[in-house]
Amino acid sequence: MKSVLDVAAIKADFPIFEQSMRGGKRLVFLDSGATSQKPRSVIEAESNFYYTSNAAVHRGSYLLAERASEAFDGARSDVAEFLGVDSEEIIFTKSATESLNILAYAFGNPRSARCVGPGDEIVLSELEHHANLIPWQELAKRTGAVLKWFSVQEDGSLDLSNISSVITEKCKIVAITHQSNVLGSIPNIAPIISATHAVGALFVLDACQSVPHMPVAPRELGIDFLAFSGHKALGPTGVGVLWGKSDLLDGMQPMLFGGSMIDSVTMTDATWADAPKRFEAGVPNMAQAVGLAAGLKYLQSVGLEKIHEWELQLTKRALDGLREIADVKILGPQSLEQRGGVISFVIDGLHPHDVGQVMDQFGVAVRTGHHCAWPLIRKLGVSGTTRASFYLYNDMSDVDVLLESVTAARDYFRKR
Amino acid sequence: MELDSLYQEVILDHYKNPHHKGLPTGAIQVHHVNPSCGDEITLSLAVSNGIITDLVWDGVGCSISQASSSIMSDLVVGKSVDQAFSILDEFSALMASKGAMVGNEDVLEDAIALAGVSKFPARVKCALLGWMAFKDAAIQADISWRREQ
Repeated sequence: MKSVLDVAAIKADFPIFEQSMRGGKRLVFLDSGATSQKPRSVIEAESNFYYTSNAAVHRGSYLLAERASEAFDGARSDVAEFLGVDSEEIIFTKSATESLNILAYAFGNPRSARCVGPGDEIVLSELEHHANLIPWQELAKRTGAVLKWFSVQEDGSLDLSNISSVITEKCKIVAITHQSNVLGSIPNIAPIISATHAVGALFVLDACQSVPHMPVAPRELGIDFLAFSGHKALGPTGVGVLWGKSDLLDGMQPMLFGGSMIDSVTMTDATWADAPKRFEAGVPNMAQAVGLAAGLKYLQSVGLEKIHEWELQLTKRALDGLREIADVKILGPQSLEQRGGVISFVIDGLHPHDVGQVMDQFGVAVRTGHHCAWPLIRKLGVSGTTRASFYLYNDMSDVDVLLESVTAARDYFRKR
Repeated sequence: MELDSLYQEVILDHYKNPHHKGLPTGAIQVHHVNPSCGDEITLSLAVSNGIITDLVWDGVGCSISQASSSIMSDLVVGKSVDQAFSILDEFSALMASKGAMVGNEDVLEDAIALAGVSKFPARVKCALLGWMAFKDAAIQADISWRREQ
């Protein structure tokens, strides 16, 4: 069978794989759900900005300032094109966490066009990462709004049987993940989006685990806001994206105040620029935005559909292999239906930290613990999991080392 | 294998059969978590006339955190708070040593088996979880005992 991706060629674009790990082992990086590795083109785009174009954007009348503005605005256009939206709808933040906090702050500000108040309802799910949970918890505490949520089922899907009692006329915001960072499950969001809009509420999509791994088109999904982090999508750290519909963004109050985000200022008052600048106070993360644009270009050149298909092939091999290892339990979706390339598992009687430590001896990088989704971990009834997450630079031999290292972890503690 | 320096026999023995593990019921109780991994410990102890007379802990965690809590309990029960804190200082120094120290067996007893942990920075917090809970509880218990006198 011909491989969907030329992984050897892709891997050669990522310098981090040139070094060896403990004991001279090659790096088997299976923690892209936490952060992705960077291709040379991203590292160079970021450093080239500093070499050739560094100046504060949107001010200064000199050549470098023009170059910086061009590069930064160009990055915004590239991100917009990647998502199939307008440039003015793309806000550069420092992280997806900040993107979601900007929303939670705006909806808590009575001067915003849309604002939640006492008794209003905010709807989440049990799958949420802390970044799409705590900002809403805090918003509820500040405003007297009520948190509600969809329950997760054993296969990692959401129980939508009670959708009409979860999303009611009191609902103002629904914020749900596009793919669980723990289980890899992709919740069925279409009926949730319809129910949200039927009651006049707004839908926020946490797309951190989807945008880097599969085609995501906010307009086709019919959502109102979307957040993703740059560093999970081959980009540098320190840059995230918030997308929102223009008319909604223009009615929202900003979270941070200062330079660049104003329209006019006196000693006692100020007015705001339109989006996106309204939400980008201070000199922005220019080099990082430029790096992110290079990362998204890299993903486009490979093809998001192909990447998703390849990750599912890797996932299938891993699921089949893990199932063969006695005492290993895979949590969440057991099949390839409605899932991405993330697998959480536990080994009976072993703590994930100890499992991860043995796997490290094989050069395997996995995440262990609660994955910043503590309520979900509690619901699953475990103290934590070991999580393998795949990306475009992983190949079948990586899966084989994963399986070998999991078996070794089990045996290491069994025999002693 | 490098792993064997981390997971010494003594550690796995304490992990499988932890000492002083049970239901903490004392008046002085503390609950500590390692927020990065979710490991938790609840620990209660009693101090009488400056001596640690009883210690019970319960918790979930990896082999390192469980074994370290077990070893710590053995070391401090029956000692004075001051003695126990000097053992804690010695253990903390060992954990911070990045593999450069082997530990003084006369003071640390089984805890020297944890010396290998110091070579794995990500695991040092696991080894210290129970000790930090102990420190917190011992300070509270000592103050409480003095107040009652």
